[in-house]
Amino acid sequence: MRQPVIWLCEKLGLTLAISAGLVACGGDDNAQRLQITGSSTIAPLLVELAKSYEQEHPNTRIDVQTGGSARGIADSRQGLADIGMVSRDLKSQEQDLIAHPLARDGIAMILHKNNSVSELTEQQIVSIYTGETKSWSELGPGDGMISVVSKAEGRSTLELFLSYFKLKSSDIKAHSIIGDNEQAIKTVLANPRAIAYVSIGTAEYSVEQGVSIRLLANETVEASTENVANRSFPLSRTLNLVTLNKPTGLAADFIAFAQSPAAYPLIERQYFVPL
Amino acid sequence: MAVAGLALLIFVFLVYESWPLLSKVEISRFFNDAGWHPTEQEFNLLPMIVGTLLTAIGALIIAAPLSIASAIFCQFYAPPIIAKLYTSIIELLSGIPSVVFGLWGLVVLVPIVASWEGPGTSLLAGILVLSIMILPTGALLAGTALGKIPSSWREGAAALGLSRWAMVKSIALPTAKSGLLNALILQTGRAIGETMAVLMVCGNIVAIPDSLFAPVRTLSANIALEMAYAMGDHRAALYVSGLVLLSLVAALLMFSRPMREVSYRV
Repeated sequence: MRQPVIWLCEKLGLTLAISAGLVACGGDDNAQRLQITGSSTIAPLLVELAKSYEQEHPNTRIDVQTGGSARGIADSRQGLADIGMVSRDLKSQEQDLIAHPLARDGIAMILHKNNSVSELTEQQIVSIYTGETKSWSELGPGDGMISVVSKAEGRSTLELFLSYFKLKSSDIKAHSIIGDNEQAIKTVLANPRAIAYVSIGTAEYSVEQGVSIRLLANETVEASTENVANRSFPLSRTLNLVTLNKPTGLAADFIAFAQSPAAYPLIERQYFVPL
Repeated sequence: MAVAGLALLIFVFLVYESWPLLSKVEISRFFNDAGWHPTEQEFNLLPMIVGTLLTAIGALIIAAPLSIASAIFCQFYAPPIIAKLYTSIIELLSGIPSVVFGLWGLVVLVPIVASWEGPGTSLLAGILVLSIMILPTGALLAGTALGKIPSSWREGAAALGLSRWAMVKSIALPTAKSGLLNALILQTGRAIGETMAVLMVCGNIVAIPDSLFAPVRTLSANIALEMAYAMGDHRAALYVSGLVLLSLVAALLMFSRPMREVSYRV
């Protein structure tokens, strides 16, 4: 339930910016400001990181705004933002920017423990999610109709799923659309014929807690936070902070903080994998 | 007065937030676009309006008779001690958070529905969970309405030798009609706005359901599902959902007003 808070922060953002400006004019010239814009996937994490950084450094103001990875690239290039948030690796034409990897984000396909299907190829996953494969019997030992669980529009897991399998959100023919990862796991638990995708961090945690779900390997690579961190698991991406030049001063200090072990608990709480 | 002002402010807020989209696309597009894919500029809300109405009406069909029957039992049949105990149980039921109902629905009800016909998360599951949720509201309000009937009327009926059922049927129910109707309307309002439980058991597919076992998405679930990560037009479209939702409830209250305003003639 952290997201509504961020949304509220956005609403209040203008007021806060104005009041911060007034305070600054009032003589608090020491307050250092940092402007961060970009990917909405990373923003919730950065808001948390900024909060905890500001607590330790009372004289800083860190402003986080969303607008997509493209805005993160554009703003940091034009100097509108000190740091950009980009939820993918930098492309070849973006090498003028410096990437500071923050965390990795990976998703795993999950099935109920009692589902006898042991593996699915990428093609089979696509054909299940586009509604071409309708029954488990078409895929091997199982039987019954497949219940396809997908995510609501705007969720980062959906975005990663779509971009990896090169699908549009309107291509997906789901039977159930859910919001967060926990709900996806509960839905699979309630229906042994369901298939869903969730953040690997959440899925691993649930399995450790003895929840009756199973993570599917991607072709041969096992779905685990370890394999997301070492980049061998394909259904994953890097969450980057980008800067135009080598960062100095506050920006450098904040990036160092975001990459330090002190940030790991905050990263894990957003179901991302620290590096 | 302040409360009325707040309601108006909320309405203004919804219009303000949805204006960027309302001023850009034609209103008709919210009803005949190809689908709901706000990130691909398709904003059809119609399936969700239908979903909202179907779940609410379905729940009302189940909950209304049960809540009136329960109120009649409580007021006219149950011995005082049982009536008191029964009322406190109903009050407890009305206090259960909706997310708990949702969790129960997902873990218990959905698998049962799935065993009849897949996938389980469906209109039917939503109707069943909702009807249990709105039952206490209706039962308590109907109880209050029936309790207002002057005891002299009841005694008079007994003195005339009317049976208890005849008294309920020909005196209590007709007299309390507007109060009972009020109970039903408030129940329906609650059903239309309910979010968490419905979100968890309905499947949330944006399509007009072709059977009770098909999944549906309600307007409130749409907002709760997508608001957290929505930006730009997508966000404005969700505010339009909110605006439609508010209009549905307002229309319900407005059209039912003449029926509810019959007062007791004591």
